[in-house]
Amino acid sequence: MISLNVNGKNYKVDVPDDVPLLWVIRDYLKLTGTKYSCGIGECGSCTVHIDGKAERSCGISVKEAKGKKITTIEGLPENHPVKRAWIKEQVVQCGYCQPGVMMQVAALLSEKPTPTADQIMSKMDDVICRCGTYLRMKKGIQTAVQMTRKEGKKV
Amino acid sequence: MKTSMTRRTFLKGSLAASGLTIAVSVTPFGYTLLNAAEKKDFNPNVWLHITSDNKVTIYIGNSEMGQGVLTAQSMIIADELEADWKQVQIRQGEAKDAFKSSLLGAQITVGSGSMRGFYEPLRKAGAAGKAMLVKAAAETWKVPESECKAVLGTVKHEKSKRSLTYGQLCEKASKLELPQNPPLKKEDEFRYMGKPMPRVDVPEKVRGKAVYGLDVNVKGMLYAVIARPPAYGAKPVSFDQKAAEQLKGVVKVLQIPMGIAVCATSTEAALKGKDALKVQWDKGTLPDMDNAYIEKLMMADLDKQGAKVHEVGDAKKAISEAAKKVEATYYVPCVAHATMEPMNCTAWVQNDRCDVWVPNQNQTACQGMAAGITKLPPDKIHIHTTFLGCGLGRRAFTDFVPEAVMISKALEKPVKVMWTREDDIKHDKFRAPMTHRIQGGLDAQGRLIGWSHKTSAISIMKPVNPNAIKDGVDYYCLWGLWDAPDSPHWNNRIQYEIPNLYIEFLMADLPIPCWPWRAVQNGPNAFPIECFIDELAHAAGKDPLEFRLQSLKNNKRATRVLETVADKAGWGKPIPKGQGRGIAQHACFGSWVAQVVDLSVDEKTGKIKVHKVVVAVDCGPVINPGPLVEQIEGSVIIALSTALKEEVKFAKGGVATSNFDDYPIIRMSEVPEIEVHMVKSTDKIGGIGEPGVPPLAPAVANAFFNATGVRIRRIPLTPEIVLAAIKKG
Repeated sequence: MISLNVNGKNYKVDVPDDVPLLWVIRDYLKLTGTKYSCGIGECGSCTVHIDGKAERSCGISVKEAKGKKITTIEGLPENHPVKRAWIKEQVVQCGYCQPGVMMQVAALLSEKPTPTADQIMSKMDDVICRCGTYLRMKKGIQTAVQMTRKEGKKV
Repeated sequence: MKTSMTRRTFLKGSLAASGLTIAVSVTPFGYTLLNAAEKKDFNPNVWLHITSDNKVTIYIGNSEMGQGVLTAQSMIIADELEADWKQVQIRQGEAKDAFKSSLLGAQITVGSGSMRGFYEPLRKAGAAGKAMLVKAAAETWKVPESECKAVLGTVKHEKSKRSLTYGQLCEKASKLELPQNPPLKKEDEFRYMGKPMPRVDVPEKVRGKAVYGLDVNVKGMLYAVIARPPAYGAKPVSFDQKAAEQLKGVVKVLQIPMGIAVCATSTEAALKGKDALKVQWDKGTLPDMDNAYIEKLMMADLDKQGAKVHEVGDAKKAISEAAKKVEATYYVPCVAHATMEPMNCTAWVQNDRCDVWVPNQNQTACQGMAAGITKLPPDKIHIHTTFLGCGLGRRAFTDFVPEAVMISKALEKPVKVMWTREDDIKHDKFRAPMTHRIQGGLDAQGRLIGWSHKTSAISIMKPVNPNAIKDGVDYYCLWGLWDAPDSPHWNNRIQYEIPNLYIEFLMADLPIPCWPWRAVQNGPNAFPIECFIDELAHAAGKDPLEFRLQSLKNNKRATRVLETVADKAGWGKPIPKGQGRGIAQHACFGSWVAQVVDLSVDEKTGKIKVHKVVVAVDCGPVINPGPLVEQIEGSVIIALSTALKEEVKFAKGGVATSNFDDYPIIRMSEVPEIEVHMVKSTDKIGGIGEPGVPPLAPAVANAFFNATGVRIRRIPLTPEIVLAAIKKG
């Protein structure tokens, strides 16, 4: 049995230590917002927060995640600036990569509330979107930054 | 969007509920509108259902892959129905004859056809509903219909200040005769069409609640992965079934025609089981095949006699007598769909029914395949279309359905088959590679007088529908250059006015399965056509824009997009030193698109940086402007990815490329500024999901020539290819 803390809830799962966190989140906890796409950490669709940092859940074993604070897209508050900005700017097309993308952005903004263009690029070049929503993502990031600034809240 | 499971419950409920129900049903001659009350055996999956709770439920048969079809088709119905958008609920329909496109003859989301096929029928369905509701109100109040007006879900009688909601009227309206040709709104009366509406699928996707195929969960479901052959035609020689079945969580190993399936209680157990199989395969049908083999074979094809596709005038004579002759050979390699959600399918075969949950673009094929395997009648096959984690045409080839149905049937349990990313790329049905040899002739005034075009491609239709090949010609491979006379795709052919034109086709004999990829072969045909036009313009000593316009004198829509893009991009004005600028146009699926690309080339590293792409589009009436621009941006970006980066690698008779580490896809820092300009047009409505793709690659190659003076006649323009070309000069 492995204990996991996901989105503020404690879970106990009976899985081998080496299982990627991704499959535990999806198959056992039924939190399917976190997506499988490449399984090798190239695309970012499976990104979650582990102790506040953006991590690829396909490349981290459930054992390594034990005892840490895990947040998935479902745990990112509904009024989070990134979620609101993504709706306002209609960023998504097929939407499959976007939960991972949004988790990547949320982690970036929590670390750097007003990121420079280079800082944005260095983080966002880690994700792939086959629909080609990159320009909308950029817009979404700007809007999320403005929302945070205006509302004076910490992301 | 409700998930498929709750959708079923909803359907049950809505069947019991009465109200006004209108469907569009295809006939051999087009389509007809149906009223549920008139027909006892009425199909419960309908376009439009108005119930006494004042809800308007719209069922959409097309698949949502991010193009916004749920929203756009609903906007059309709601607008003509004069419904309040707030009372509209939208549901994804199952596989039903009622959802077949009268344009394409199947329930299929391809060919940029959702608007082309449904614009008119959906308008009429909505308008028929409105007319019946107005009539019902007039009869209730015993006043002339002309005094009643429908406004936002309510019929009003101004004189007597009376009003009734659609919910109150639907019962009575359902007893009325349905008009086949109701009056449609005029453009200035449109309430939703042409105005930006937020897409209905966006919020749940942002919340992480949208259900894609891989997210389907059926109680008691098993997870399956399949060990698939590494080379085309390879058969398993041996595998260790025991080793896999001994693993915790593995339930069953099953050999099926597609490979060896491992079924388990979790994804990770299935994956471990697959590794434990240690399958040995034989060498397959063509173990020597690699990229060099493919290119050599297809280039050699161009020296053979092919099948005549089209001939007007005498191209050979015109070219031989021309003042100037130009000849060039082009190559466009295989590219992969690589949708972010890998292929997958969940099936549950029971004695009296079969449920299939599947992200797909072809419900008709899914249903037919499942019926074939289960021997159940089609109405017992329930196809639940989930959201699609991108489509690009791949999900219209429904090879993922039979394997899931076979396994579920054998195990008598619900089974989800997941393709790994490696499966998805190695067993993709690629965009067909093509070689082209074009000869062109100019007269003394530099006018285009002759064009002779020979091309070789892997056939798209041969493995799936050999009857579609006429006299050795697979028109699917030729879209953009030429198309069958009875094609439902309207204008997938070369737009230039050429007095002497000859087209010849060869079918490349290779075992690689190919299938439509966004814009189908319009991309691999537009590339040589638009590059060659540029070469001809150069030979004629003319400006590439002017040269194009000269051969498009009678083509209003092509001229309009070219003139618009030239104006917006500042064509002819000086550009920054070191940069190059290129132009291209192409028409397909009823829409015309022109693009201007600005780029620079680092001649030391061979890297190309695209700075800006300006696009002009004429697709006729615009339904939802926001998603339309997104589709064009997405088309430009994916096409740029193929122009600069993507090429599938083959080795040992199979696919060597396996994942995103060796199949590079464009990322954010490589994406240029994109400007999209819509040409105001009242012409026939065209498609928008694909026509943005074809002009991009040739515009890049033409801009590269403008920057360097060097022609590259193949894609992708990778640094290696660029450096080699510059060295060669």
